[in-house]
Amino acid sequence: MTTDLLPDAFATWFAARGWTPRPHQRAMLDAAASGQSALLVAPTGGGKTLAGFLPSLVDLAKHGSSGKIHTVYVSPLKALAQDIARNLIDPIDDMGLPIRIETRTGDTSQTQRKRQREIPPDILLTTPESLALLLSLPEADEMFEGLSCVILDEIHAIAGTKRGDQLALCTARLSRLAPDLRLVGLSATVAHPDAIAAYIAPNGDPARVRRITGAQGAPPEIGILVPEPSGPRDRTLPWSGHMGLFAAPAILAAIKASGMTIVFVNTRAQAELLFDALWRHNDETLPIAMHHGSLDPEQRRRVEDAMAAGRLRAVVATSSLDLGIDWAGVDQVIQVGAPKGVSRLLQRIGRANHRMDAASRAILVPANRFEVLECEAAREGVAEMALDGDPPRPGGLDVLAQHLLGMACSAPFLPDDLYAEVRTAAPYARLSRQDFDDTLRFVADGGYALQAYDRHRKLFTDAIGLVWVRDERVARQYRMNIGTIVEAPMLRVRQRRGGVLGEVEEGFAAQLVPGDTFLFGGRLLRFEGLRETAVEVTPGTGGEPRVPIYEGGRLPLSTNLADRVRRILHDPDLWPLLPVPVQEWLALQARRSRLPGEDDLLVETFPRGGRWYLVAYCFEGRNAHQTLGMLLTRRLERAGAGPLGFVTTDYVLACWCAHEPQDMAALFAEDMLGDDLDAWMADSAMLRRTFRTVAVIAGLIERKAPGAEKNRRQVTINSDLLYDVLRQHEPDHVLLRATRADAAAGLTDLGRIAHMLRRAAGRTVHVRLPRVSPLAVPVLLEIGRERIAHGAGEEDLLAEAEQLIAEGMSESA
Amino acid sequence: MTAAPLHMAGERLMLDPAGAVYWPARRMLIAADLHLEKGTAFARRGMLLPPYDTALTLDRLALLRRRYAPAMLVALGDSFHDRAAALRLNPADRARLLRIAEGLDLVWITGNHDPDPPETLPGRSCDELACEPFTLRHIPRDGVCTDPEMAGHLHPKAQVQTRGQTISRPCFIADDTRMILPAFGTYTGGLDVRDPAIAGLYPRGAQLFLLGRDRVFAFRTAPAPRARMRQA
Repeated sequence: MTTDLLPDAFATWFAARGWTPRPHQRAMLDAAASGQSALLVAPTGGGKTLAGFLPSLVDLAKHGSSGKIHTVYVSPLKALAQDIARNLIDPIDDMGLPIRIETRTGDTSQTQRKRQREIPPDILLTTPESLALLLSLPEADEMFEGLSCVILDEIHAIAGTKRGDQLALCTARLSRLAPDLRLVGLSATVAHPDAIAAYIAPNGDPARVRRITGAQGAPPEIGILVPEPSGPRDRTLPWSGHMGLFAAPAILAAIKASGMTIVFVNTRAQAELLFDALWRHNDETLPIAMHHGSLDPEQRRRVEDAMAAGRLRAVVATSSLDLGIDWAGVDQVIQVGAPKGVSRLLQRIGRANHRMDAASRAILVPANRFEVLECEAAREGVAEMALDGDPPRPGGLDVLAQHLLGMACSAPFLPDDLYAEVRTAAPYARLSRQDFDDTLRFVADGGYALQAYDRHRKLFTDAIGLVWVRDERVARQYRMNIGTIVEAPMLRVRQRRGGVLGEVEEGFAAQLVPGDTFLFGGRLLRFEGLRETAVEVTPGTGGEPRVPIYEGGRLPLSTNLADRVRRILHDPDLWPLLPVPVQEWLALQARRSRLPGEDDLLVETFPRGGRWYLVAYCFEGRNAHQTLGMLLTRRLERAGAGPLGFVTTDYVLACWCAHEPQDMAALFAEDMLGDDLDAWMADSAMLRRTFRTVAVIAGLIERKAPGAEKNRRQVTINSDLLYDVLRQHEPDHVLLRATRADAAAGLTDLGRIAHMLRRAAGRTVHVRLPRVSPLAVPVLLEIGRERIAHGAGEEDLLAEAEQLIAEGMSESA
Repeated sequence: MTAAPLHMAGERLMLDPAGAVYWPARRMLIAADLHLEKGTAFARRGMLLPPYDTALTLDRLALLRRRYAPAMLVALGDSFHDRAAALRLNPADRARLLRIAEGLDLVWITGNHDPDPPETLPGRSCDELACEPFTLRHIPRDGVCTDPEMAGHLHPKAQVQTRGQTISRPCFIADDTRMILPAFGTYTGGLDVRDPAIAGLYPRGAQLFLLGRDRVFAFRTAPAPRARMRQA
């Protein structure tokens, strides 16, 4: 490595700020000089972004602009792209470099777009969606033929998601347009660096990627906050619940004792409730704000600006602040509720990491006593840098469908060529030709056995085998629907006098009757009525407010953390770390029943209130437990135990029955997964939701265009209807295959169940008890609080509701 | 499969869980908003939906015909998704429709989607059909109803809270004088009965009959505080 790689102007610029180029920044220059792609893994705040851009700036300074785009930078966040633009302009202006930087996102105006086409910038900052759009233009070849480098920021947050699939397909195309292209990935520390390296390898060859590691910052300091009991009879530490509201005074004290704090929570509902609880105690009116994904973008931006300007002492935030701009002034991070995974916790703690040499400060606030164990496990996991996360799954066929149409919009292609190109994208390296061909056929004519749509084909093949898009209208429709983020149907929350506050899910709005109050964006609102696309509200006064719940709000406990929790439970030598009430609780469990072992499956049964309870300590996370609960109740049914319902937490599954359940080994035998899984899955609400996402991404149904829904009972198509029709008539349709693949990987967590059953084979420990055990109390308290989604069928629930209302309303009563 | 009896304007009507009304005294089967050929209409706009909707709608209608053996079948408007829809019927679906129409009095009431009588198909066509005591029309009259009517057009659906989950189903909505039928077509969506377009027609509240697999489920909307399930 030589210093010549850094021209004098740059050396002077570094020196003028009292900086010296860091080793990883030099290594990036070296990789560029030898034409290698590079993966830079470094913590936040380590000059990572500058390291990514440095080779491009140097190259452009040396050789001048070619009049073509030299470097494309892709960020998962629009705001980040804009922020990076501002940060890069400083060195460029300071050194007087002839480099033009522009952003291209969904917010870019028509005039700017036109100018970018005529005079391309040297560096283009964009998002995966806008890149896909550019690549679908007929002039894409010309636009990117001089491209030298693509920088993928926060790549750990994108790889393995559908956006990551889309981005990989786009970089595969860019690599074809510009064969000497280098890819540069910027990533936080990840559990599967090989997979990330493969992701950015040109033509799928990881050997061509240089791995560069930035200096690690000081290890974070993590405290666990359990409010002190106020007296010997105070049972401050709750048995159940996930909100952590009881700790509001202690959290407020921690905010007071520090500069700027981000208070991270796990769901938007929790954000609303905790924000409300903090303000109830906020006698000094410290400036505390809230930030979550359903608030109006304008409102979110105001909070971000106030943070950047140092006007706030705390922000209660969901994952909406996990990524994004570095706010220099964040002094501590407080995580309320269990962290659920080590990587996620590290990402959040990193938000307080404004100086490399100073430790980030974080406080974990467990919401119940099980979460104390989880917080302790997470602290241990962070200390060991034991990251979690599954290796990226194969790319989705729905995303492929969108991409194929986009490629046809750009230029006609030969299927053989495009198949070869697609396979150079890491998520599609193992894509079968059959899946490719079926997906292509789906795009062309819907892919139905009944060939009804020959006249309406979107793609057609000419005499020499080139595939063309039918017309400009199809291309326009494609461009309106680019992207892989599909939200649940939302309704705007609009003040009767005043503006839009944000959005709630349609399902929540459906539960409201006029006069109901709910918490939203930190305000108490009164529901006035539904107007097709909006929830009309006025300021509320009193009543017991509801809180909007959003789908997919809660992440399940990671396997990594689950194993650690299990180990702490099993090893009394580790207990002194825990608060006294937790120690007492575990000791009592050891006396009255037994503790779950490191790799057995403890199942307790006991009678209570005329029913028999079965509690299984599986520790596989909520999603897996839901699936397991459904399978288990069917087995109990067949065994004659008369199951009546079940409830799950991240740690435990509890099921209640009319009769005593027997023979746990047989009940939890490994073949359980074969039982009724397919039939149940096909009918589950979860699969319907998954199908809707797949159908939107693949372009079967259009995204809901806001404002265009005046008459929506006729315009929109209910995806559930399509799902039922497809299942009935085309059970092997490519979209159903994509749906099943998504569901198996995601919400059902089948892999984890299979693993647990295998592990527990021959090691199922059944303890019969005369009454409930200490460890089972938390899950029993969840009964009635959790929705019991998979137990009874909709028809039974409707009948029950009808009956209940009839009884409740009957005159004779 | 159990139809629910409903007494209205002195007549006994059977509400079939498939989403149609059978009126025994007149041996009349009534279904609203078939929206035939909606799939092909969407395909023309670039959305290639599974091309089975017309066949499924007609098969369900054929099943009802066998169940009730009506003398008269009334399609309550918007039977075809657009003006050209009847011409797009494929030969198999056309044959299905002819079999249903055979030997009964078929009436196509016109709707906003299909303002013209379907050409080349059996049956007669009219804007309204007077059948004492009811008038059958596509779009319900504005305001409070004094003369009993049956209508479609609005695609009513309703939601019920049970055990923390919301179940949404198409439904019949009726008071003493007005019945609005759910949309019968396979790809038809619904409009919540609390939307002013529907709720405004029932200022004193109404009965709801949500479509189930084998039966309908009866609930009420209310002008005043409404009975409602909270999470158990």
